[in-house]
This record gives sequence, C-alpha cells and structure tokens, in this order.
Amino acid sequence: MKRVVITGAGTVNALGLDVPSTLAAMAEGKNGISELEFRDVERLAITIGGQIHDWNAEGRFNRQQMALYDRFTQFTLAAAQQAIGQSGLEFVGDLALRSGVVLGTSGGGLTTQDDNYRMVYEEGKNRVHPFVVPKLMNNAATSHVSMEYNLKGPCFTVATACASSNHAMGQAFNMIRSGMATAMVTGGSESMLCFGGVKAWEGLRVMSKDACRPFSMNRNGMVQGEGAAVFVFEDYDHAKARGAEILAEVIGFAMTSDASDIVMPSKQGAARAISGAIHDARVNASEIGYINAHGTGTAANDKTECAAVADALGSHADNIMISSTKSMHGHLIGGTGAVELLACIMALKDGIIAPTINYEEPDPECALDVVPNEARDASVDVVLSNAFAFGGLNAVLALRKAP
Amino acid sequence: MSDVKEKIIEIIAEQAVLDPSDVAMDQSLEELGIDSLGLVESIFAIEETFDISVPFNANEPDQSDFDISSVSAIVKAVEALIADQKS
Repeated sequence: MKRVVITGAGTVNALGLDVPSTLAAMAEGKNGISELEFRDVERLAITIGGQIHDWNAEGRFNRQQMALYDRFTQFTLAAAQQAIGQSGLEFVGDLALRSGVVLGTSGGGLTTQDDNYRMVYEEGKNRVHPFVVPKLMNNAATSHVSMEYNLKGPCFTVATACASSNHAMGQAFNMIRSGMATAMVTGGSESMLCFGGVKAWEGLRVMSKDACRPFSMNRNGMVQGEGAAVFVFEDYDHAKARGAEILAEVIGFAMTSDASDIVMPSKQGAARAISGAIHDARVNASEIGYINAHGTGTAANDKTECAAVADALGSHADNIMISSTKSMHGHLIGGTGAVELLACIMALKDGIIAPTINYEEPDPECALDVVPNEARDASVDVVLSNAFAFGGLNAVLALRKAP
Repeated sequence: MSDVKEKIIEIIAEQAVLDPSDVAMDQSLEELGIDSLGLVESIFAIEETFDISVPFNANEPDQSDFDISSVSAIVKAVEALIADQKS
C-alpha cells in the first residue's frame, strides 16, 4: 500500500481568500459570519451567513469563463490554483494520465438554478442562456479543474450533503493508497447563499438567526457558509522523490451509514465511522490529539457527536481537544469538510488548535474539551476530521504529522 | 374561532394518520405519535392554512413563544398569532 501525503492546499471562504489568511483568522478566533447580501434577502427570516463579500468574479475570470462558471466552480478554480501552485506539480505525460479530480458538493450550481428559475417563472421569460446545464451540473467544477490542469485520470463529483468533501477526499486517498493514481486534486465547494438556497434551509427550522455556537448550552442552530477548499493528495514516494514540501500525511478513512433517519443523527453510525478511521489508520485511539468536529451548532448534532466520540475513544475522549470551526466560517455543506481539513493541517503542522468560538455556556451533554473561544498551542501527532450528513452518511478522515 | 380549532385538528390528525375524532385536546404531539419532522411539517401546514408566521426553532422548541405542549395549547397559540398578525 502506498502512503499518501498532502502537498498543496488552497481555499476561499468567509475567513479569507487563501490558506494563510484563513489559518490566521482561525488562530485568532475571528468571526466570519455577517449579514447576507443578495437579491430578495429581505424575504428571508434567516439573514446571516458566512458569505464571501469581496469576491470580484469579474476581476478573476473573463467573459467566456463567466458564462460557464457558476459561483461554486469559481470558488473551486481559485482554491485549485492555489493548491496545485503550492504542490509544484505539472500534469504532463504519464503523471497527467495517472492523476485526477474528486470533489464534493451538495448543491452544485444552485445559484445558476435559482437565477434561471426566477427568470422563467417569476419574470416570465421564455429563453434561458444556452450554458445553463453545463454551468449548473454538479460535476462542472471537477471537469473545469480537470480541463484547466490537464488531469486525465479518475475524475468525478461526490454528493453526500454535509459529508461530500470528506467522502471525496476519502476516495482520493484510497485511489492513491491502492496505486490507482499518483496524485489527486480533491476537496469540495459550495455556494448555497442565494435566495432559494437559504429559503430551503429556513423551512427545516434548524437555522440560527444570530450565531453558530457549537457545543454551547444556548446553541440554537446552524449558520450556512460558502466557499471551497482544494488539496493535492500525492503518493508519498513520488512527493519525496521530487523533494516536495509535505503539509501532512493522510493515514485513514472510514465511512458508515446510520440506516435510520433522514435528518436525525445516530450515535452508533458516527461512532462506527470514528472507530473505523482509527482502525484504518492503524493507530491506537490514545494517539489522537485533536478532532475537528462536525459541530453544526444544532441541538441534535452536537450532543450526538460528543456521545459518539466518547463511545469511540473511551476514557481517552477526556484527553483530546475537539473544536468546530463552523462557528467561524459557517457550514459550507458539501464543501465544509475540505475547509475544516485546513484546521487539521494547522494543528499538525503549526501546533495551533483552532477554537470553537461563540461558546458561552457549558452543556453537560457536550462535556469534552471543545477549545472554547481561544486557539491553543499544542503538539499533536494524529488528528481526525468528522463529517456527518443528512441522510445518515458519515465520513471520517485521519491525518498524521508530515513524515 | 372554532374554525381554527377544527382546522388544526385536521392538520394534526393528518400527520398522525388518525381520524380527527380520535385527536383529544389534551394530548401532546408526542402522544399522538408525531416526531420532530412531523412537528415541523405541521407548523408549515398551520402557516399555510392561516397565512401566519409561526416563531419556532427546532433547536430550542421549549424556548419558543409558540406553545406546542398539547393540541389545545397549539390552538390557543395559533389564535393569538392570527389576532396579532391579522390585526
């Protein structure tokens, strides 16, 4: 089996438009949640989110590209450019044939759908732009990364709601580990902050009107975010041979299904995914130092997740740190696991544990060290990243310090 | 106002898959076998039927001003919301 390392990372999200600014914001415990700005926002009951306000798409892409790139594709391409640039890889010859792209998204080109439905239904127009379909399809971002960087191996998009990115990165990891691919561009992207996107979530009545407060007794729901994070996963031998800088090693992955309820999470399903990732990584639970939580800030997720961690880790659960960076960048749905993997890399590489901000009151049902409000310096060797999706689909990654 | 009561019983009975005559005013939604998803759907139906907005967050059902402890409490709460929002 091949070892798999991360040799490039890129992101755009509400905390920053690249990795250094995002990690600095996480280390400062900065709040990226703000008042939403888009058409018809005044018709929403939920008006906050982790929105990227200073995006300037027109300055980044030309007219032809804009006609084809939904916002989620734009985010992906910006993050991919940073990640591939950092890796120093050029995909030519055999490497191009043996490298691919696996990305997660839940809504895909939702803004494109929203705009065009509005046009034909509300405004009564009978014609839409010819590129609506290639712009809105969930695999658009994956395909554009493949085209832009000449990645000719396995390429596809994974959609498992809030676990999409983790499922995607798990696939990329196993493709390299098994010898099927040499390098994979992976992560995820989401752009649901448009009228229809937020209105749909509003209907479920699980959104907070004021803040995302994971694990805090007074938490009252999730806050959506948007953006992307993209990584280059690479065969360790290949990375070492070319002297690439290694950010971290990916050592394990597990996925499970609750097979129980379409929205309510299950402790057993989550615990099995956590234990599975530890087992797959061939480490002992006692080696885990930090967990980046799914931590949505809903009543149901946070207490179920803490119970699952306690089940999977036993008494060692009291020694680990677990934080939810969603408190800062919001819940990026299909892109969230990717942005949260950055916090895992920061923990391993820089020894900084990102905090759970907006933490106000302890909840006896979330009685773990949630790194409240302020980042912490700590040396950790092995970390986990949790993602638990609607539909009961769970995906957990395990990472270790760079070899 | 009895009209409100009748319509709410209809909405709740449909969620619980019961005949409206089997819904007692002092029963809670839980006793009627309505889970959290059924509750959110019932509130949506109430909002649509009476054209009102119901303040309810599934994360803090107890802290909401909207009392859902029994069928009669819901009727009372909806009547108050109608009076408030339609005046």
